Amino acid sequence: MQTFAVYVDNKPGVLNRVSSLFRRRAFNIESLTVGHTEVSGLSRMTIVVNTDERGARLVEANLYKLLPVRRVDNITRVPTIGRDLAMIKVQATGDARTQVMQLVDVYRARIVDVSPETLVIETTGTEDKIDSLLEVLRPYGVIEMVRTGRVEMVRGTSQAITVAPSRGIGDGPTRTADGGAISV
Amino acid sequence: MSKKTLTGAQILWECLVREGVDVVFGYPGGAILPAYDAMLDYPIRHILVRHEQGATHMADGYARATGKVGVAIATSGPGATNMVTGIATAMMDSSPIVCITGQVGSGLIGSDAFQETDITGITLPVTKHNYLVARSSDIAPAVREAFAIAKDGRPGPVLIDITKDAQLGVCELDWEDAAPDMASIDRSGHSFGVDPIALINAAQRPVILAGHGIILGGGEAAVRAFAEKTQIPVAMTLLGIGSVPASHPLNLGMMGMHGESWVNTAIQEADLLIALGMRFDDRVTGNIKTYAPNAKKIHVDIDPAEFNKNVTIDSAISGDVGAVVTGWMSTLVDVDRTTWLAHISDQKGDAAVRDIKNLPDDGHLYAAHVINDIWRITEGKAIVVTDVGQHQMWEAQYYHHETPRSLITSGGLGTMGFALPAAIGAKVGKPDAEVWVVVGDGGFQMTLCELATMVQEGLDVKICVINNGYLGMVRQWQEFFYQRRYAATPITGPDIEKLAGAYGIWGATVTSRSQVQSTVDAARRQKGALIDFRVEQEDSVFPMVPAGNDLHNMIRRPSPIVETSAD
Ligand SMILES: Cc1ncc(C[n+]2csc(CCOP(=O)(O)OP(=O)(O)O)c2C)c(N)n1
Repeated sequence: MQTFAVYVDNKPGVLNRVSSLFRRRAFNIESLTVGHTEVSGLSRMTIVVNTDERGARLVEANLYKLLPVRRVDNITRVPTIGRDLAMIKVQATGDARTQVMQLVDVYRARIVDVSPETLVIETTGTEDKIDSLLEVLRPYGVIEMVRTGRVEMVRGTSQAITVAPSRGIGDGPTRTADGGAISV
Repeated sequence: MSKKTLTGAQILWECLVREGVDVVFGYPGGAILPAYDAMLDYPIRHILVRHEQGATHMADGYARATGKVGVAIATSGPGATNMVTGIATAMMDSSPIVCITGQVGSGLIGSDAFQETDITGITLPVTKHNYLVARSSDIAPAVREAFAIAKDGRPGPVLIDITKDAQLGVCELDWEDAAPDMASIDRSGHSFGVDPIALINAAQRPVILAGHGIILGGGEAAVRAFAEKTQIPVAMTLLGIGSVPASHPLNLGMMGMHGESWVNTAIQEADLLIALGMRFDDRVTGNIKTYAPNAKKIHVDIDPAEFNKNVTIDSAISGDVGAVVTGWMSTLVDVDRTTWLAHISDQKGDAAVRDIKNLPDDGHLYAAHVINDIWRITEGKAIVVTDVGQHQMWEAQYYHHETPRSLITSGGLGTMGFALPAAIGAKVGKPDAEVWVVVGDGGFQMTLCELATMVQEGLDVKICVINNGYLGMVRQWQEFFYQRRYAATPITGPDIEKLAGAYGIWGATVTSRSQVQSTVDAARRQKGALIDFRVEQEDSVFPMVPAGNDLHNMIRRPSPIVETSAD
């Protein structure tokens, strides 16, 4: 497994370019998350790819061929903190309800929504921890689950990102809620 | 430079002219009309094609012949989708072209408007980059950046889709401000692996694999100097032909599926391969597991995404081929490689016996003879543009190219229909060159509509149709691997000489070898010519490494044949 931190322009279509690359080169994505960074206009993807080191070089070189990709760091071998966030809706009435609440405690998860029949549990952690919580909750009846996929950050002091977003030409128009299109 | 207020359409042409463009290949339509209207006020030669695929191949042929960026222009929807094959062709062969398409008004995007198509989505995997420009003020930076991207590093196609309102809108043109940010475009990669010099100095049986990258980067002289200094023989990929003169004593000839037998054998026996601007395509390696098993591999390429893609590399050097090998020169030691060179040459004798060129004139007309005669008559000085199929391989084997950019052919994508339009583009770019098309009767019928373009533009292109009445290359595979079951490969066509007449082009039909010389001579005196060479119908290209077979296991003329699962 190889993990990359990929800084990209925060523009429409960038995710499409990246995912199209992985599809056409038959690179096997394990997980991909994307969100804003501290630099405006710049997003960061955490991409986990099922490949070896040789494959990782190919992934990196190919990512650099995409113009909106500003920087690629392979963070597989550096110490990082990786987190996944999950919300799990479980069937929980009567005795089961108390048992589920105890499990939530053990796992240091949180209950964020309560209804007469169900509880929604929120948890962050490594994929392993979330997988294991999921397993113990299954017997009670998991109704729905949503996960963000892994985000990862290098530990300790590291350089601030020096890349800046590009100027964003030719991103096309975006459609507004009222159905009209505005040029961006 | 002063700022000017212009429409988006005017800005487009203003920028193209400033980028050095004086000719574009295109076809008009509704969504690109504002641009066409504005074009009349700029010093631009517009070549009206007969199909937008032709426009992209012409831009490609122009780029390959001149080294400059070729420009194609079309309308939205079908105009844009017709360009896709040509864009993919340019992408596979790293040819710098810029395609401009009109798009419906930005207010209509996403509404399935008339002739709306998501051309940036469609071409995403076959362009280096593309733009959907919806603001007039984005046109100048998009055009400038597109030219920079098309040329920079490993060249390739860029598409700019411009909405109709962006063409019509008015804004200021600030040329300087629109300059591309080269730091963000230029992505040099890093090198890795062992020291290449040590490998070169230690090698007893080295072979240089010369690819298209040498020509794209203008590294021919540097590579030649390197080969001469080290006395290392050079094998060429199809697109590498011309990077080292055919007559150069160190030039072995073409490698790969239809490469010369001694070239493939030398590669298999080598202890070092020095790959320069080539990408170990499956058509040159054969079975990757048995490919050059005893050779260390040095790979020099401007695109680091090529390293370790197909073949495991011992020493990868990212950069322009010419600059890299020049940097090596001072540290190379002289090694005596005469035994290795003599060993390779010894095998040529054997192969020459099987060479069709040596067959006497027995009344049959062989394509190899036709092409070899054209080479002799044109003194090897023509730009030859081929299509895809048997004739393409015979061209590569029997027309001996001395200079770069004199063979133009679709290698990576293998696009039938490429030759005639690409030759038109080459002729436009190199008006003083003698330009010949070598095309099969199948591929010729794919884009023969461009004959009218050639005539309308008064272009002197000579067309040699190798007419075997079959989709020859596919027929050959059927003969070898499908028990001669000729499914859908016999093909008929028009009377080509009459067709020439219909288009107002000088035409002729050749059925025997004795007519070749006089007909080619006569054609060379005409402005444009179309010759129907009725060649042997079931001739095959030899040698042949069946797809996926070991590179040294070649089918020779003629010998028993086996099929493999890989194709
Ligand atoms: C657009 C396209 N369609 C199909 C093919 C597959 N193909 C490769 S060679 C070939 C036969 C070409 O026949 P022809 O043009 O007559 O040339 P020949 O091989 O006879 O010289 C075909 C069909 C292709 N390369 N390109």
